Amino acid sequence: MAVSEVPFEEPLTELRRRIEELEAYPDDRRREREIERLNGRLRKETRRVYGQLDRWEKTLVARHSDRPHTLGYVERLMDDWVELHGDRSFADDPAIVAGLARFRGRPVAVIGHQKGRGTTEKIRRNFGQPRPEGYRKALRVMRLAERFGRPILTFVDTPGAYPGIGAEERGQAEAIARNLLEMASLRVPIVVMITGEGGSGGALALGVGDRVFMLQYSTYSVISPEGCAAILWKDQARKQEAAEAMRVSAPDCLELGIVDAVLPEPEGGAHSDPDATCEAVGRVVAEALDELCALSTEQLLEGRYRRFRALGRFNES
Amino acid sequence: MPWFRKKKQPKPVRNEPRPSSVPEGLWVKCDGCRETIYSRDVAENLRMCPECGYHFRVTARERIAMLMDAEPAEELFAGVQPVDPLEFVDTQAYEDRLRIYAERTGEPEAVVVVRGQLDAMPVVVAAMEYRFMGGSMGSVVGEKITRAAELALAEKRSLVVVSASGGARMQEGVLSLMQMAKISAALARLREAGRPFLSVLTDPTTGGVTASFAMLGDLNIAEPGALIGFAGPRVIEQTIRQSLPEGFQRSEFLLEHGFLDMVVPRGRMKATLGRCLRHLAG
Repeated sequence: MAVSEVPFEEPLTELRRRIEELEAYPDDRRREREIERLNGRLRKETRRVYGQLDRWEKTLVARHSDRPHTLGYVERLMDDWVELHGDRSFADDPAIVAGLARFRGRPVAVIGHQKGRGTTEKIRRNFGQPRPEGYRKALRVMRLAERFGRPILTFVDTPGAYPGIGAEERGQAEAIARNLLEMASLRVPIVVMITGEGGSGGALALGVGDRVFMLQYSTYSVISPEGCAAILWKDQARKQEAAEAMRVSAPDCLELGIVDAVLPEPEGGAHSDPDATCEAVGRVVAEALDELCALSTEQLLEGRYRRFRALGRFNES
Repeated sequence: MPWFRKKKQPKPVRNEPRPSSVPEGLWVKCDGCRETIYSRDVAENLRMCPECGYHFRVTARERIAMLMDAEPAEELFAGVQPVDPLEFVDTQAYEDRLRIYAERTGEPEAVVVVRGQLDAMPVVVAAMEYRFMGGSMGSVVGEKITRAAELALAEKRSLVVVSASGGARMQEGVLSLMQMAKISAALARLREAGRPFLSVLTDPTTGGVTASFAMLGDLNIAEPGALIGFAGPRVIEQTIRQSLPEGFQRSEFLLEHGFLDMVVPRGRMKATLGRCLRHLAG
């Protein structure tokens, strides 16, 4: 029996189970009518549930394990994908994938976090938490793209950079910082798509670009709601309050000027219809590339600088 | 009243941050050697323990006084003031926190920027104030350091940033995170123009501050024994479920792993920065 990964999907999962059960019965008019009725209810119920998600529930959708990951987007949107490996100084980090591809005929470089599906794969990908070598691989491929004049597309989806002994020894902070500095001055267009969890510095290290987009149920935040709750409330269980207080949702980020647009997801979230999600992402990325590729390098770099320069809220006396 | 009937009064809970690491009292206990020392001896010794050389934390203004030449340095961007963009409330409203820390520290925010001479070299210096909300970086810290970098670029000065920070400030949410990108972009311009940027890392420098400007110096120079890292030690211990080795994430550890150019005691910091600036920009 199907079990919902997120509690608020329980009524939807129950309806899907009943539909599936009926579909196993022999074909007749009554069965058809009943399936149609249940499908109608499922649609209505999905709209109701997804229409009232709070910020913590959106965080759970952003983390949903069926949500398309970077390689899912590559598979559906890119042709002729060649994956590249390694940072050339220590290792290859499977938590970040990078490579060359053709996107609607245009040669591009693609870089993104990769979370993995299923226990074995998730562990191999370290649940999408990169180590320094991941960020250094990303930078190496970005520099390669710059050298050959290829626009860069990044897909951001990580709980955060991995907090481990080895990661600290090899300079997790330095690797992230370096990417922020270098991405600010790469001489090719960079389009950033936040597809799931935008987990702090580990997300931002792939997140500096000329356009930054966010999927409707993705999140972007300075620290995870659990981490924030543990520090400010001294109680991880207050994560709902922390998610609300930090305003981690996509519409919040749009309002704060952090992202340029929010892409609507299919009703029921990206995981309910990965094909439609990827299609929508493809449209927006293509549009952005058309605009950015028409700019001179100077215009591009000045625009990117201004974009991030403007972020922040303060008074001046 | 017999002693066993005496009700023990509960100790007042101190929810507030601790005051300066050197208490007002006559005597202080050194966190390095555990000796009790005369606090004036600490004050007269650049806030270092006269017995073991342990570096007490210093305020942003003390730091500036230690680094700048005799003529008064001019404070910049003091009018940039914090707001509460998210109307953030945890156990206390962010607005109240800002007010309380401002009263306690006498600073409106967690960084002080000055323009002047360091060892006869023209510089812009930004010093972080750890006592103000753990030196956390929100919009104001981001804006002032970015302006410091832009001014250094415009006036052909060198930039020195002295970090002391727990990282990005949660109460301004993702806006705080964006300050990392904003400052780094300004540093990229400084770098392209060939103006030196010296990063001085002091205890503690962690999180988003380390993962942006603190690690991006043309030279990265730390005080001895400072905690420097990306993730905090407690977060790492919880992740790996082991306790961390002695000296992990301290300045000397980072030097050994190749992330610092040098570890310099406070008494030699100004002269060292001056020498390095002359090598790069003299």
